[in-house]
Amino acid sequence: MKRIAGLLTAVLVLASAGIVWADNPLSINGAGATFPYPMYSKWFDDYHKKNSNVQINYQSIGSGGGIKQVTEGTVDFGASDGPMNDDQLKAFKDKHGFGILHFPTVLGADIPTYNIPGVTAELNFTPEALGGIFLGKITKWNDPAIASANPGVKLPANDIVVVHRSDGSGTTYIWTDYLSKVSDEWKNKVGKGASVNWPVGLGGKGNEGVAGLIKQTPNAFGYIELIYAIQNNMPYGKVKNSSGAFIKADLASVTAAAAGAAKDMPSDFRVSITNAPGKTAYPISSFTWLLIPEKFSDANKRDAIKGFVSWMLTDGQNSAEALSYAKLPKEVVVKEKQALTQVQ
Amino acid sequence: MHGAGPLTGSRSFVSRLRDGDEIVRLITFVFAASVVLVTLLLVYELWIGSSLPRHKFGFHFFVTSVWDPIADQFGALPFIYGTLVTAAISLILAVPLGIGAAIFLAELAPARVSDVLQFFIDLLAAVPSVIYGVLGVFIVIPVMRQYVQPALKNTLGFLPLFQGPAYGVGFFTAGIVLAIMVIPYIISVSREVLLSVPRDQREAALALGATRWESTWKVVVPFARAGIMGSIFLALARALGETMAVTMVIGNTPTISTSLFSPGYSIAAVIANEFTEATGDLYLQSLIELGLVLFLLTFILNGLARLLIVATSQRGSGMGQA
Amino acid sequence: MSPRLRWRKFVSGFMLTMTGVCAVVAVVVLFFILGYLVYHGSTSINWNFFTKLPAPLGETGGGMANAIVGSGKLLLLAALIGVPVGFLGAIYLAEFSGTTVAFIVRYAADLLNGVPSIVIGIFAYILAVLPFKHFSTLAGGLALGLMMIPITLRSTEEFLRAVPRNLREGAMALGASKATTIATVIVPAAYRGILTAVLLAFARVAGETAPLLFTALGNRYWSPGWNQPTSSLPVMIYNYALSPYEDWHRQAWAAGLVLLGLILVINILARAILSRGVAVPRS
Repeated sequence: MKRIAGLLTAVLVLASAGIVWADNPLSINGAGATFPYPMYSKWFDDYHKKNSNVQINYQSIGSGGGIKQVTEGTVDFGASDGPMNDDQLKAFKDKHGFGILHFPTVLGADIPTYNIPGVTAELNFTPEALGGIFLGKITKWNDPAIASANPGVKLPANDIVVVHRSDGSGTTYIWTDYLSKVSDEWKNKVGKGASVNWPVGLGGKGNEGVAGLIKQTPNAFGYIELIYAIQNNMPYGKVKNSSGAFIKADLASVTAAAAGAAKDMPSDFRVSITNAPGKTAYPISSFTWLLIPEKFSDANKRDAIKGFVSWMLTDGQNSAEALSYAKLPKEVVVKEKQALTQVQ
Repeated sequence: MHGAGPLTGSRSFVSRLRDGDEIVRLITFVFAASVVLVTLLLVYELWIGSSLPRHKFGFHFFVTSVWDPIADQFGALPFIYGTLVTAAISLILAVPLGIGAAIFLAELAPARVSDVLQFFIDLLAAVPSVIYGVLGVFIVIPVMRQYVQPALKNTLGFLPLFQGPAYGVGFFTAGIVLAIMVIPYIISVSREVLLSVPRDQREAALALGATRWESTWKVVVPFARAGIMGSIFLALARALGETMAVTMVIGNTPTISTSLFSPGYSIAAVIANEFTEATGDLYLQSLIELGLVLFLLTFILNGLARLLIVATSQRGSGMGQA
Repeated sequence: MSPRLRWRKFVSGFMLTMTGVCAVVAVVVLFFILGYLVYHGSTSINWNFFTKLPAPLGETGGGMANAIVGSGKLLLLAALIGVPVGFLGAIYLAEFSGTTVAFIVRYAADLLNGVPSIVIGIFAYILAVLPFKHFSTLAGGLALGLMMIPITLRSTEEFLRAVPRNLREGAMALGASKATTIATVIVPAAYRGILTAVLLAFARVAGETAPLLFTALGNRYWSPGWNQPTSSLPVMIYNYALSPYEDWHRQAWAAGLVLLGLILVINILARAILSRGVAVPRS
């Protein structure tokens, strides 16, 4: 008995010593979207290298989780690619007594990716095809709705395996926001949101889970953020935009989608740029936001977060394009710097 | 004055106190009581934490199959269905295999072999569930998708059970992974129970001219029946509550389907996936109500299991009078 | 030999062989699992795995050093909660209590034991995360500790009860108080069994993932102190295995091997201790 007690105490002492010895850095916790996770994990890592006393731990649990946990107050900031709606903003304000601010960080795109045995070509997708597939009305790859946009590609008669998100996702929000704009049936039947009642499909957890599922399942089809397809060498298709052109998602087309919004950016930065006008615009683009409370009780945390956002708006933007995220338009950066002063 | 005898009933409170007995009694009582308090608190929190959906949906919660966070409509049916179906599949696979193995270990194998094999089977029970999930993702799903499901479709495809596209994920795959996880429980407990059946039962049967198998199957196993049933209930309770392995292979889609190949969802899996992000009280509390349902299911089953296992050991000591 | 007897003998041989097949299948599955894990895990384990922190998404060269330490801290906390409650509660049940109280406590412990681990996670979230507005190692340790309690309690009680009466009575005949008897005679006699119980409870919670999902959450860095979210091996395995990155898959295998190895070692150790001898009455 005594020996056990002694052993336990020794271990405890060593463990506590292990904690004391490490120079306690300021630990900030954030959670939310998987859409920008490759960017954020690089940013937080780079920022930590520059400021070794600040450790920003970001957990990608999905935009829904980001909104929920920052509202509960269990994390210091959240991240989402679907802006908080009025009810959620009100809920935050009711709970804390002050509001929460949205700060756009980068621009990204939801792309349709697929794993069709024997097909390596870049497929074209019309809005009708996308809506029909996700509504469960188009069930085979060689359906005329898909084939007509892809003359010259031999599509098999296999069943399409639809894959969507099983967790509350901003990526889903962007996708369903777009579908609601281009398909009345989708808008009435399913609607837009971070978690919807999917008519068909398998659920994967996070952008990573969906990409993993599609990669492993023949005839699979789903939506993920652009960088996940690039990092995993997955083929993705072009989408027909509002001007009638089939556009592939890349820096130029995503930036074009944001061009109009940049000039008319609302002061709370909540804006949707899906199905944006413009000949070269990619129709399923979106901003993604950090959700930062207006007030912090801990001055150190507040300063650290503000420091990060300032860095993100200047130096951070330079590493966005390497990861296929488009930089923020200049006008937006200026507005954000001003908005940052509201965080106290 | 020190107590006179070992049985403390006659000593005064003060002398017991001085000896430290009463203090030790009090301290240990507090710890023992804390176990009860924690359990009560757990049930209380689950009950309180699910008050909104209980009042709003009432009984409908159990028969609605819509799970729509946008429309604030929550129904538990797909999850209850998925939980029960995967558990049923796992038992259908694990029970015959498990009891067969237990019979072998208890009746046929030499004691040494039996002990060594039991040791290994106990190790199987110690493998963490997330590892079963990983193996499910990397081995079982591709095998199911490429070989097993197409083969079943070709041979038994006229049954609604085996129709539909072969995704690899789904009820069947989850059932198989669960079966592997619960076999060790069935084997361990059944073997114990079979070993405790008195020798004279077997010998009486053999003396009357039964073959080895007849003596086992018609005399020993029925004798141990209650305990074996108990082990099955224990395995069932484990299968119902299993989270990680299931969510990695079931497809995470709230669907009710007669096809075993269909993707589905279980109570534990949906809680694991959606709990951290459930915005809105009704959503979160509906998940907690699902947790309460799961708790009640496992509670009832565990209770039955223990009753049955106890019944065996009592019968074992009571019978044997010729 | 009559045809009927021949048939019965055939059935007997056949069925008994089938039971052998069942046993073989069960064991083969185990060896397959172990072998697969060992093969994939050992090819992925490298020095990086044990010493480096996770790298940003998409980059290689990261490791799980913080997850290993995180799991260690969580298990330490779990033991600090589970062992004293289980041990002291068991002493009460075995030595002091009357039958009704004993029944209630045992029933509660069995109930707690049967609670699915995800529900324990919900409970710990409500108790230890919401009020403090923090995901933390503490909350994770609490969840795991709650799971350890019933196992330690019931097993320790069994071993305490197994200590033969004559040892107790001998001590008391010499004038020892109950407390002294417990401390100097009964517990040392049951020592091996109790240690086994603790080790087995440890092994059981070491691999638990679900309760950690909403208590300890996760951390890309070292988790300072006890109040911050922390990484842990099971959660990392879960996240990495479901991702599309080859590098992460390899790390998941390595972590799986380390975790399984740890649990198996604990199990084997526990059995070895137990088989060396529980107190045997000398008559």
